[in-house]
Amino acid sequence: MTSKPRSPSRRDFLRQSLVAVPAVSLLGTSAIAQTQSSTAATPAAAATATKYTPRYFTAPEWDFLQAAVERLIPPNEDGPSAVEAGVPEFLDRQMEAAYGHGGLWYMQGPFVPDAPATLGYQLRYTPREFYRKGIASVDSWCQKQHNQKFSALPAEQRDAILHQMEKGEIQLDDIPAVAFFTQLLANTKEGYFADPMYGGNRQMGGWKMIGFPGARADYADWIEQPGKVYPFGPVSIEGAKS
Amino acid sequence: MTRMKPVDVVLVGFGWTGAIIGMELVDTGLKILALERGAYRDTSPDFTYPHNADELAYGIRGELFQPLARETVTIRHNLNETAVPYRQYGSFLLGNNVGGAGIHWNGQHYRPSPEDLEFHSHISKRYGQKFMPEDMQIQDYGVTYDELEPFLDQFEYLCGTSGRAGNLNGEIKDGGNPFEGVRKREYPNPPVADNYGAKLFADAARSKGYKPFPQPSSNASRPYTNPHGVRLGPCNLCGYCERFGCFMYSKASPQTTILPVLMRKPNFELRTNSHVIKINLDSSGKRATGVTYIDAQGQQVEQPADLVIVSAFQMHNVRLMLMSGIGAPYDPKTGKGVIGKNYAYQMMSNVNVFFDKDVAINPFIGAGSGGNQIIDEFNSDHFDHGPHGFVGGGYILGGQTGGRPIQQLLVPPGTPAWGEKWKRAAKDSYLHTTGVQSHGSVMAYRDRYLDLDPTYKDAFGLPLLRITFDWHDNEYKMTQFLTDRAQEIADAMKPRQTSQTIRKPGGHYDVRQYQTTHTTGGVIQGTSPETSALNRFQQNWDVHNVFVTGASAFPQNLGYNPTGLIGGLTYMSVKAIRETYLKNPGPLVQA
Ligand SMILES: Cc1cc2nc3c(=O)[nH]c(=O)nc-3n(C[C@H](O)[C@H](O)[C@H](O)COP(=O)(O)OP(=O)(O)OC[C@H]3O[C@@H](n4cnc5c(N)ncnc54)[C@H](O)[C@@H]3O)c2cc1C
Ligand code: SF4
Repeated sequence: MTSKPRSPSRRDFLRQSLVAVPAVSLLGTSAIAQTQSSTAATPAAAATATKYTPRYFTAPEWDFLQAAVERLIPPNEDGPSAVEAGVPEFLDRQMEAAYGHGGLWYMQGPFVPDAPATLGYQLRYTPREFYRKGIASVDSWCQKQHNQKFSALPAEQRDAILHQMEKGEIQLDDIPAVAFFTQLLANTKEGYFADPMYGGNRQMGGWKMIGFPGARADYADWIEQPGKVYPFGPVSIEGAKS
Repeated sequence: MTRMKPVDVVLVGFGWTGAIIGMELVDTGLKILALERGAYRDTSPDFTYPHNADELAYGIRGELFQPLARETVTIRHNLNETAVPYRQYGSFLLGNNVGGAGIHWNGQHYRPSPEDLEFHSHISKRYGQKFMPEDMQIQDYGVTYDELEPFLDQFEYLCGTSGRAGNLNGEIKDGGNPFEGVRKREYPNPPVADNYGAKLFADAARSKGYKPFPQPSSNASRPYTNPHGVRLGPCNLCGYCERFGCFMYSKASPQTTILPVLMRKPNFELRTNSHVIKINLDSSGKRATGVTYIDAQGQQVEQPADLVIVSAFQMHNVRLMLMSGIGAPYDPKTGKGVIGKNYAYQMMSNVNVFFDKDVAINPFIGAGSGGNQIIDEFNSDHFDHGPHGFVGGGYILGGQTGGRPIQQLLVPPGTPAWGEKWKRAAKDSYLHTTGVQSHGSVMAYRDRYLDLDPTYKDAFGLPLLRITFDWHDNEYKMTQFLTDRAQEIADAMKPRQTSQTIRKPGGHYDVRQYQTTHTTGGVIQGTSPETSALNRFQQNWDVHNVFVTGASAFPQNLGYNPTGLIGGLTYMSVKAIRETYLKNPGPLVQA
């Protein structure tokens, strides 16, 4: 279903990295230390963010995404922003996956876009088509209202537009603004918190921010210690650790 | 069409119930064939660490689920609406592949309360016929708890269920569920240790005078060898449980309890990529001659068989019966007919419980079922419904099954969904949040049913199943009552803040929100062919060599998770097949 990267040596790698690190040094990565290290990692992350060349999104679409996701999860001292975390790269790579092609959704017609919202997504667009239409519609709306593309507007104005989309207060040409906003926000959070092998959550910054240990998936030693602060930082599927 | 060599027994679908039937019949020496539409799946290599700890692939994109692109259902709220397809996963998640939903379930393993099985008789007797709204059509299963007890036990011992008895041979035991029916022996394994949220919940529940107990769990608390000699390992609370396969051999599934033995039997054969589209009947329409399936190459294949077990999951069971023309389709206008009748679901509510930073919940330490605490005071008919004016109820659970951030991250009420405030709230609350959940029943109604959609088709061009369903007032009252109790307990946990998710009158069934995959009904069992599709042994009244397993047999839904009861009913049915039916094929109950 999803095309997901697999490397045969991952498991060994992770095993080794887990074994190689003595518990004492892992203990150093407490919640506080994590926050500091994630803040420190920010400039580097931002630098790599610009290096990725999108395969699906066009240059104007890429501008839109950077400008939009950076408002959904903005930069501050709490943790990386969506752009710093690589969310645009994640989105672009998802567009190339079966998911982006609509391969995980039932896409047979007839389509009844005005069915009750409680009956779920009823548009005829795959994620690839949806982003293409959605971005073009928002940009053309911004052009009409503000004589600028979305990405050229100042942060506060972008926030205001995103709020209006969220509440369905603006009419876009081809698509319902709420639906596009919902899709964008959901995919942005996915990119922020999914395993880094999908291109987002760089240096596990999303996980570090909240204190999620990622792919550790073994709490046998903690079962009998309810309520105790968990001291270890995250590991990723490909063996990155912190 | 290719015609295969006849077999004695064909299993349509090889998930939980298909595996049980196969295993229980294999020692008869009969030739048994399982047809499974999906692929072969096993712990290794399919659910190994670290690939398994991938929230996006499994938890969000649903790598293990039925690909909706090929087949889904359509849904509408009432008879006058046009149904539209369930295009993306939301409300429920369907299994696919060998093991079915038994791979990616939670393992919350319950028995029904005794009265649940005789619900119509019980409610009419205690409250009078008038207590039920006119369009409510609840029924009895045709099986009593005492008859079923050995089979419920058998399934728990297969799974290595971890729990604590509350009623051992009539003696009420401390620390177990005091409301449960009599059990003849203890659970095979002791409970999994509580997670911290569950512990806080249990303390609060006790302070309110309730009797909390560990959730019965088919996540093994210790190494266990089941009666087939198959071994499970202890659960490590990995937090990647429901929606995922288990890499620790701890969660009971067909793979971890049955397949290592069954797959080696020479008289058993599994054919994957075999999608059954029809149960074939002879010219009398009273006997099945086998099934037709579509193989991996897309070719139609005829498979003759003497006995057909339909074990394809609730919704697929109903669809297959309708496509095969077995039993009269249900008509919601007249209330006559049986196939598709009494579709029901469950109604959940949540109280999210936010603590200050000095309370380390560590939500990522969690298992699908083990380590959570329950109260059962308000389930089934454990309390006097008279003053409350509704039928049914549910359990209230405290704790968490994991802290996977895309799906399970919670922020306090009033937090915006994005931006700096969301970010700060996510960071501040993630480690300090747990939940109290109510898990409520849904009754059956005249206008809630399943049939074939007139418009939408699957990848083979066959009609999709259509669901006509919305909430009724009875369920709104039930959920309000349960949620009020859940809120009181949550408040007694002394959190900083709580928030509620509850369904209120005036709303509609919303397919975008996950609730449970505990869909029921459509091929219900009962006491008369006028009102049910199956007899008490899950044998079709009209076509005696067709048996249908799974929650499609439930006449209405329970407040409990269904699989404990599904397993019990399956064991009871297969015992009757083995000991009675095979010797003298014919109806096991005279209509
Ligand atoms: C996320 C999740 C969590 C759950 N948690 C719990 C829980 O905690 N407790 C609980 O009691 N229950 C739970 N359940 C429900 C539980 O998984 C089911 O009740 C149980 O698996 C039902 O068994 P079954 O044999 O009827 O169906 P399944 O186990 O789903 O098996 C059906 C099989 O039939 C195959 N099939 C379908 N159609 C065809 C066809 N046309 N031809 C060939 N093969 C076909 C399917 O691919 C599948 O392999 C959960 C379910 C989900 C999805
Ligand atoms: S929580 Fe336990 S039973 Fe569930 S998948 Fe993890 S190890 Fe297996």
